[in-house]
Amino acid sequence: MGRLPVRTSNHNGNGANDAASIEAVLARHHHDGTRLMQILRETQEAIGWLSPPTLTAIAQGTKLPRARVEGVAGFYHFFHTRQMGRYRVLWSDNITDRMLGSVDLMQRMCKKLWISPGTVSEDRQVSVDTTSCTGLGDQGPAILVNYRPITRMTADRVDAIANLIRHDKPLDEWPAEFFRIDDNIHRKDIMLGHDLAPGDALKALSSPQQVLEAIKASGLRGRGGAGFSTGQKWEFCRDAVGHGANPAHYVVCNADEGEPGTFKDRVLLTSYADLVFEGMTISGYVIGAKKGLVYLRGEYRHLLDPLNAVLERRRQANLLGAGIQGRTGFDFDIEIHLGAGAYICGEETALLESLEGKRGVPRRRPPFPVSNGFLDQPTAVNNVETLAAAALIAAKGAAWYKAIGTAKSSGTKILSVSGDCDRPGIYEYPYGVTVAQVLADCGARDTQACQIAGASGTCVSPPEFKRRIAFEDIPTGGSFMVFDGSRDIFEVARNFTHFFADESCGFCTPCRVGTTLLKNVMDKIHDGHGGEYDIQDALLITKVLRTASHCGLGQSACNAVNDTLKKFRPSYELRLHSRKFEPAFDLDKALSKMREVTGRDDAGAHFYVERRKHSDDENRTEAPR
Amino acid sequence: MSDETFFLDDEEIPFKSGQTIIQAALTAGKYIPHLCYHPEFKPHGSCKLCTVRIDSRSVTTEDGQTVRIPGRAVASCTTPAQSGQHVESETQELLDLRRTLVQMLLVEGNHFCPSCEKSGKCMLQALGYELGVFDPHFPQYFSKRPVDASHPDILLDFNRCILCELCVRASAEVDKKNVFSLSGRGPTKHLICNSESGELGDTNFAATDKAANVCPVGVILHKRHGFEVPYGERRFDLEPISARPEQYAPTKEQV
Repeated sequence: MGRLPVRTSNHNGNGANDAASIEAVLARHHHDGTRLMQILRETQEAIGWLSPPTLTAIAQGTKLPRARVEGVAGFYHFFHTRQMGRYRVLWSDNITDRMLGSVDLMQRMCKKLWISPGTVSEDRQVSVDTTSCTGLGDQGPAILVNYRPITRMTADRVDAIANLIRHDKPLDEWPAEFFRIDDNIHRKDIMLGHDLAPGDALKALSSPQQVLEAIKASGLRGRGGAGFSTGQKWEFCRDAVGHGANPAHYVVCNADEGEPGTFKDRVLLTSYADLVFEGMTISGYVIGAKKGLVYLRGEYRHLLDPLNAVLERRRQANLLGAGIQGRTGFDFDIEIHLGAGAYICGEETALLESLEGKRGVPRRRPPFPVSNGFLDQPTAVNNVETLAAAALIAAKGAAWYKAIGTAKSSGTKILSVSGDCDRPGIYEYPYGVTVAQVLADCGARDTQACQIAGASGTCVSPPEFKRRIAFEDIPTGGSFMVFDGSRDIFEVARNFTHFFADESCGFCTPCRVGTTLLKNVMDKIHDGHGGEYDIQDALLITKVLRTASHCGLGQSACNAVNDTLKKFRPSYELRLHSRKFEPAFDLDKALSKMREVTGRDDAGAHFYVERRKHSDDENRTEAPR
Repeated sequence: MSDETFFLDDEEIPFKSGQTIIQAALTAGKYIPHLCYHPEFKPHGSCKLCTVRIDSRSVTTEDGQTVRIPGRAVASCTTPAQSGQHVESETQELLDLRRTLVQMLLVEGNHFCPSCEKSGKCMLQALGYELGVFDPHFPQYFSKRPVDASHPDILLDFNRCILCELCVRASAEVDKKNVFSLSGRGPTKHLICNSESGELGDTNFAATDKAANVCPVGVILHKRHGFEVPYGERRFDLEPISARPEQYAPTKEQV
């Protein structure tokens, strides 16, 4: 995959040039429909957007039904089937960005550019909108401009960018400082402080069976959140038989780091890519795979070229390719696939669908990916951090690793700390560290709550700060967001309901409708129209989500509301107007037209919420709803 | 053939290996509500109306109290039946869940039964009656979904679409035409047609296609055929949707 044309020169015609560009992309991917995601992305990067004729051409070129191609293009946030501006600005809308002032800054930018959020300016110059967490929570507020991240937004930076956009300055000529991304590593342990040179872990490899035994003995568990035993996963995959005409085994690295507040995989892939690729190579060695795929989230597009350079260097050093380190039969190579803005693709079966060029809808399980994964072949899907840990274990042994952490959670965990603290960034701890310890180390004061494991995780209140980060207590993929006493916890939960409504894939009824209904209830309460009725409604919806959703997204989409209702009920009750039902619109305001017509303005021509509240108090005996 | 059985609400149900819970139940004459399941197609489990609980159990605590631990909730259309398994379907909790799911579908689309040609033969409406849905409960979305009248013989009224994908599957698997697909996601998920204009009239769709005759609600309608059977004398006016469960049993061997 070569460097693509400059992304700021988005001309939008549908001429002969476009046809040639589309054909070049198709040829590069051998007209292979399973590579549709990459074909769509590269086409869009080359010609600006995916117009109806472009989709038709891609469908013909890949021999896929046109509606299938359009359905895939319509699924991902970063694919555009409408013409976009030459500059597309997306503001990361995680709660931590909001706490750093992103809402006001975005408003300022829109004002400067004379547009409203979500629209394209009339001269097709620019659009400004929001997107889910971009993985830069420790250096926000963050934005993406034509999918290139800019960190630490300030009012000055907004003004400068508005100017650059108005003067049509190509992105490559913008101040390099805007694009600076720091690792912000504040605590290193065995992984971030490792002393291995590229190839060291491979040199230490014994037989695949012995390596597998070591991984099993180390007690390594998946770092993405679910915590499945890595050794067992590899064993199932290794034992599974490939099917069909092209039987094969695959290693997939899940780098779709989408959980709000997580950014540790970005740092691993920026500064520890060799360790991750070495882990993938070892996984391939154990399960008998010749090919590894990295599914990199679209927000990390800026890592694609550096990562490809690392892969190339490893090929030159005989750490990838045929006969790795001179061992006959040890063949393995790695390819990077880019996502296009879909949190759900972090779910491993949705990720596999996306890798195969389909809509990112989670599959039914069983069968599991270890037997029927990528292209229906046995596939081991592992988190970035898990693979890096596997490389450490291969180099230094199971016993060494097992001795670190707790009995049930061996090794270390990398936390992405953001929010109200002096030193947001990356912290690596042995498992078993207390929440209080992390808070002390990152310089958090007057902490009211911690949201651990992201929007789908657990909201922890001060009495629980002695609890531990471990699979047996608080498991986490790495997100650790801190909220001090000045924060409104209701707003945190409301932000997460918006996130899930945006990110639901829409396959099953409970999640597709439930996440939106829950968002609407939270907005209604926020707007001052909420009553006890709405709290009951929220609880009803969360029950349906948890019971009936197709996958983990829906099942955990209600966690934040459930947790905060339990632990931070006053932040909801402050906003409630009535113990009974209150409609979402303002009844008194609705009467204003009639008052104007009739010329009345007496008490009987008004509908006062206060009066309803009063009559509620008199009717206390009546149960709500 | 095999003589394996499982228990559905304590009633013993025989099944053939490979059959899912709903397939075995319907074959045995036990109704489980469903919308996206269809006897002629491979189940895919999106509507979740057929949700059941598997292997709930009771435990006695130290102070002698009996506590019920609810089993796993699964879509019975995609979950293989297993010998000796205890499956719950007609519990209050699950009936409430199904009622809420129907209400969710009712507010998501625009469903005005009194003016709908499918009234009385619509599965969503029939399930509303079956489950005692007396109101939509949640605020309406009032989503804007334009109709597509471009085809000479077929009208598409997307207002009533419940995204069951039966037409998508029928057109792909039976008609081999791939006329329909889904685009968007989450709240913006919607049905699309296989043409550059996006219109059904520009596809090779025919009124005789399987996909033209599989819609459980009132999206895919045949032009010039309306009210041939008056309200009050239609399929679900005459008997509830739960009558004769065998009519939904799988029609051929399928796994």
